[in-house]
Amino acid sequence: MLDDAKQADAQVDNVLEVNNIEVIYNHVILVLKGVSLNVPKGGITALLGGNGAGKTTTLKAISGLLASERGEVTKGSIKYRGQDIQHADPAETVKQGVVQVMEGRHCFEHLTIEENLMTGAYTRTDGNAAIAADLELVYNYFPRLKERRKSQAGYTSGGEQQMCAVGRALMSKPETILLDEPSMGLAPQLVEQIFDIVKSINEQEGVTFLLAEQNTNVALRFAHYGYILESGRVVMDGPAKDLRENQDVKEFYLGMSDEGRKSFRDVRSYRRRKRWLS
Amino acid sequence: MNEQLAFTIEVFLNGLMAGVLYALVALGFVLIYKASGIFNYAQGVMALFAAMTLVGIQNGQVPFAHLINAIFGTDVHKFGWHVHSFAAILLTVIVMIALAWMVQQFVFKHLVGQEPIILFMATIGLAYFLEGVADLMWGSELKALNVCASEGNCLPQGMNVWLEGTTYEALGYGFFIDNLDIVASIVAAVLVAGLVIFAQYTKQGRAMRAVADDHQAALSVGVSLNFIWVLVWSLAGFVALVAGIMWGAKSGVQFSLSLIALKALPVLMLGGFTSIPGAIIGGLIIGVGEKLFEFLIGAPFLGGATENWFAYMLALVFLVFRPQGLFGEKIIERV
Repeated sequence: MLDDAKQADAQVDNVLEVNNIEVIYNHVILVLKGVSLNVPKGGITALLGGNGAGKTTTLKAISGLLASERGEVTKGSIKYRGQDIQHADPAETVKQGVVQVMEGRHCFEHLTIEENLMTGAYTRTDGNAAIAADLELVYNYFPRLKERRKSQAGYTSGGEQQMCAVGRALMSKPETILLDEPSMGLAPQLVEQIFDIVKSINEQEGVTFLLAEQNTNVALRFAHYGYILESGRVVMDGPAKDLRENQDVKEFYLGMSDEGRKSFRDVRSYRRRKRWLS
Repeated sequence: MNEQLAFTIEVFLNGLMAGVLYALVALGFVLIYKASGIFNYAQGVMALFAAMTLVGIQNGQVPFAHLINAIFGTDVHKFGWHVHSFAAILLTVIVMIALAWMVQQFVFKHLVGQEPIILFMATIGLAYFLEGVADLMWGSELKALNVCASEGNCLPQGMNVWLEGTTYEALGYGFFIDNLDIVASIVAAVLVAGLVIFAQYTKQGRAMRAVADDHQAALSVGVSLNFIWVLVWSLAGFVALVAGIMWGAKSGVQFSLSLIALKALPVLMLGGFTSIPGAIIGGLIIGVGEKLFEFLIGAPFLGGATENWFAYMLALVFLVFRPQGLFGEKIIERV
């Protein structure tokens, strides 16, 4: 009941609206074939799907990072608080309050952890005191980073680098964080820890999250709403709770089934059939 | 004191001074290479362009005089004034910044994300283009560059004499050292210190290093690559100007100046393409190495003229045994 009310409330207040976007790389490779999604303010929205489904491309289309990889949005629109941002420069998008944490961390290896975090505040103009306060805030969420603040990021562990990447994004004082595959290459326990921190940042700082994740199980436990992408299209969406209960999601993404595990071959054809039907 | 030993020391010192110039040119390469992955073939021509611009402004030459005269049938060559050295240097810096902006705006902005070889080809094109523009702007005759030494308008009276004095008495032997070289070394040291401080302790310097590490990530936190690259090209332009002044003051401003870029290549192989200290120390080693080799082995045993190839041989040896150079960026590997 409470969830429903929250959802209804949220639908009124979408910070980010992606309408039917098509993305082409290198002028020829069609990657997204009409993706639409809404991100409600203050929520955690998950973008699920397998390799090559188009999760990362969707996030990069929003943050504007596509251009540097020779990709472009050829159709549709991306609106952030009602403003078109699909052709905006990444720096402008960051100033508007949307920052992306890229897949595979991408810390600045030869900079120390603290320098990494400070680089996150590059676009800010609200003075050194505010930036220093936020640095403390990040260290509060990630005490581990404080211990390693003088180490070069390249020498820290995968988990620390992921924390560094999230912390760096937080330093830009964002409204919305696009988080790409935070669980990649991390031990389950660490994944849990990162997601817990994401959740508390979401709740305490009111930061909206759009989360691309292959680990459907974890993502659906922490997210409020989910979209499932397949081959550049949204094939299913709904509140995270409903998706968790959904038979198909259970079967394809959570590896559970009433009839026991299906063979890979059956799953393939079933998937293909489903796609034709949808 | 042993005459031969004293002479060797003198050769060593002179080599050190020559090395400073190599180091300065190499430094320009490293700055751009680190921040954008572009191997800037045009660095030497930039030094030439900067030096020609400086001389042109100093002498009050009208830029594009030949072109203007050809089109309008006029006969203007000089404004008829002399610009103070400091003002001329300042103006040249502004020209180099404008050049950096144009290079970014009209060339590399459109090549973001392209293969390194394409970027490299673009810099070769840039080199020839710039050489042509320099020629068109200021004419191609050899010019003398008098930054301070003889014009006497930037140093207090009396110091010029000091600048021209060249022989030092020490240990009962007269060492012949060009004072200009000493000034060059000090300027280079200050320049490098300034660059290091800028890179380590300022916001833009940090962003510059961030871009050098990971373009994509820098972009994702809102660093404007365009701005950083203009900044880096401007810095490289400034370093080119300093190198151009030093070299030009020594042997005049002429087109062979652009060839020092080729001398910087072995310096980079020795020092590592990504290391600022590497560029400095590599430059010094090459400078000293080629002078000492010529003096001790080349001239007596090999018939001389070894300076032309020694640096490249040394670089070759390094490529075989230590491809990343002496100070090449350590590739961070986690264990």
